[in-house]
Amino acid sequence: MSGIIGKKIGMTSIYGVDGRNVACTVIEAGPCVVTQVKKEETDGYSAIQLGYDERKEKNTPKALQGHFKNAQTTPKKKLVEFREYEGYDTFVDKYSLGQTVTIGDVFEEGDFVDVAGSSKGKGFQGVVKRHGFGGVGQATHGQHNRQRAPGSIGGASYPARVFPGMRMAGRTGGDRVKNTNLRVLKVIPEKNLLLVSGSIPGAKNSFVIIEK
Amino acid sequence: MSDLIKEIEKEYHEAVSKFPDFKAGDTVNVHVRIKEGNKERIQQYQGAVIQKRGSGNSVTFTVRKVSSGIAVERIFPLISPAIDKIEVVRKGSVRRAKLYYLRGRKGKSARIKEKI
Repeated sequence: MSGIIGKKIGMTSIYGVDGRNVACTVIEAGPCVVTQVKKEETDGYSAIQLGYDERKEKNTPKALQGHFKNAQTTPKKKLVEFREYEGYDTFVDKYSLGQTVTIGDVFEEGDFVDVAGSSKGKGFQGVVKRHGFGGVGQATHGQHNRQRAPGSIGGASYPARVFPGMRMAGRTGGDRVKNTNLRVLKVIPEKNLLLVSGSIPGAKNSFVIIEK
Repeated sequence: MSDLIKEIEKEYHEAVSKFPDFKAGDTVNVHVRIKEGNKERIQQYQGAVIQKRGSGNSVTFTVRKVSSGIAVERIFPLISPAIDKIEVVRKGSVRRAKLYYLRGRKGKSARIKEKI
């Protein structure tokens, strides 16, 4: 799927054409550079690799410096591959090595996009927040201090073990999350800005991948 | 707030800038566009502003009026395209930003002093 790399800026709300107030997220996306074009014959599948956000040359490994030199561009922070799948639109032919991709080339108003990114890290959390357990729901009638406890995790003599995948407390957030079918409300190519309806994963200034 | 978000909200604020400045305690007349089928008409809603809150695109204000003995409060988003016009009928002099105390009062004690 074709797409672009961006940064989450924050949320606001605007009024749509039908006069309804829509919550939306502002994303600063692009301009990206095509750093590699993968072809069926040479790589076994077709895809493009895009680079986004400047990076200092002294902080770039030598091997990557060579990679960016091949595309005749400066070092970039984030590299993402956009793969072409069978049954979807073909787009790889449109791109060439070293080409600059801006937001206007990829998206237009009214498109539906998927936005992927890392969700905010929440640290070690209990089962109520992590898995949506109900908790006890009653604080009185002899209830001790176990209101948010998970309860039983299995039988004692049979099966005498805890089944793998039992939902328990642990590290929460920081996963890759994709929000799908978000409507593009506005594209501002001069400022590299994109407005999508609803929320997207991650903290402000974190990288997000926008796919069509 | 990020400058880029301000940039996006700017166009909405320009539309709002034609409205007069008002704050809690003022009596305003809000002209509201109402859609009925394909027709559009304008309804006026007059009352005292009892609060104005929010920032950026999310500014709202609450207008309280007593209509045939029953108090009605209506919350308007300032950037709403449904608002045609806002007129300040009377400037009020109050010591608070949120006039929730009016809710428990009626008659003489619910009056707001006029600003001179």
